[in-house]
Amino acid sequence: METKLTSAKKQVVIKTEGPTVLIGERINPTGKKKLSRALQKGDLELVRREAIDQVMAGADVLDVNVGALGVDEEVLLPEVVKVVMDAVDVPLCLDSTNPAALEKALKVYQGKPLVNSVTGQEGSLDRILPLVKKHRAAVIGLTMDDEGIPDDVDKRVAIAHKIVKRAEKMGIPREDVIIDCLTLSVGANERAGMVVIESIRRVKEELGVNLTIGASNISFGLPDRSIINNAFISVAICMGVTCPIVDVAKVRPAVLATDLLLGRDRYAIRYIKAYQQRQKREKMK
Amino acid sequence: MDTEIIEGLKKAIKEYDTEKAANLAKRAVEEKLDPLKVLNAMTVAIREVGDAFGRGDLWLPDLVGAADALQAAMPIIEEEIKRTGAKRESLGTVVAGTVFGDIHSIGKTMVCTLLTAEGFKVHDLGVNIKAEQFVEAIDKYNADILAMSALMTMTAPEQKKVIERLKKEGLRDKVKIMVGGGAITEDFAREIGADGYDPTAPGAVKLARKLIGK
Repeated sequence: METKLTSAKKQVVIKTEGPTVLIGERINPTGKKKLSRALQKGDLELVRREAIDQVMAGADVLDVNVGALGVDEEVLLPEVVKVVMDAVDVPLCLDSTNPAALEKALKVYQGKPLVNSVTGQEGSLDRILPLVKKHRAAVIGLTMDDEGIPDDVDKRVAIAHKIVKRAEKMGIPREDVIIDCLTLSVGANERAGMVVIESIRRVKEELGVNLTIGASNISFGLPDRSIINNAFISVAICMGVTCPIVDVAKVRPAVLATDLLLGRDRYAIRYIKAYQQRQKREKMK
Repeated sequence: MDTEIIEGLKKAIKEYDTEKAANLAKRAVEEKLDPLKVLNAMTVAIREVGDAFGRGDLWLPDLVGAADALQAAMPIIEEEIKRTGAKRESLGTVVAGTVFGDIHSIGKTMVCTLLTAEGFKVHDLGVNIKAEQFVEAIDKYNADILAMSALMTMTAPEQKKVIERLKKEGLRDKVKIMVGGGAITEDFAREIGADGYDPTAPGAVKLARKLIGK
């Protein structure tokens, strides 16, 4: 199955058989004081730089989230989307919990974006899916509903089924729904990793869709987080994740190694090229 | 005998052994140990874990494990306190929860554990808590402190709603309000009329003491 995303100049195809497509997570003020303040002031230079840096680091798609306290997302999201489109060529993932902000961003976007996100909640399905359909976008479906994020695999998989079914009923093709099985910290509950990994495997097996995942939550509250993050991302990709939302500069080497191990990198071309780029950058320092 | 049970209970908490903690709590009741003394010992144990967490020597799973062991023993001892009519002293009563629309629990639970360790009586309402539920609990438990968490910018304004609701019910001045969570800032806390904010769980404990002047 293929999910095609486009910008004005570029197409990115996410394939269920890989290679892994990387969605850059860094244009998101959550937990970032400097970016929050810049967005509150309407200073978008930092956003522009983050966009360029992430694409240089190998991001295939960029997530754009402007949800800082006291920010009017309906005004700022379309504005930031324009700035990012101007700075880089890659397709974007429009990330907001505010349907009105999403709609305004969809209107200014050139191409076919990814909408982040819809959940299994009726209110969310009713508000987000019509927007996705109208603007011919693709959408990320989160496996949570009114009761929160289920802590068992069956319930998460059932929500994924519900989202895909509802989207198809509305005329959104299945390949334009990407499922996120949601990562919780193994620091708070050691079953959290197993539950998300098994959910990923089942969603891939039963629905055959592309899957995304945010990786860094997995290690919250633990030391040496990058070790856990990298291990998790490898396992998640192996089980069916095809387009994780990540800090690209940090995890790309591990992702390329995983793709190589899964037979998705002929003659190890991508892996070696990334190595050479790192070497070159080292020398320039 | 007494010290054997009490030291064993402390050890069980520090080793995250929920089963042993519950068994020793039952034995403490059978042997008619002073339940207040037992409770105090448990508090000392969880505080040691909390302090080590605050210093960065221990990690989130350590805190979760110790809190699990504490929770396994706590109801048994609390029941005994109630039965014997012993008077329990605490620093104060806290009602805590994550606001409506928000299901993030880790930070809120950490704060509750550390407040319990410090000697507060904590009523953790859980996540996705509506304004009226907070108000009801504050009234019911005669709380000294309300601690609210919000991790998302979409749900942060919910904290303001709770404060407004408390004002309407005439309860605002009866309770000190502290707020926290990834979406909250010092400025926001001031704007919505909270009494205090801290970005860390150990910091929240210091703040709670300060707010009630202890």
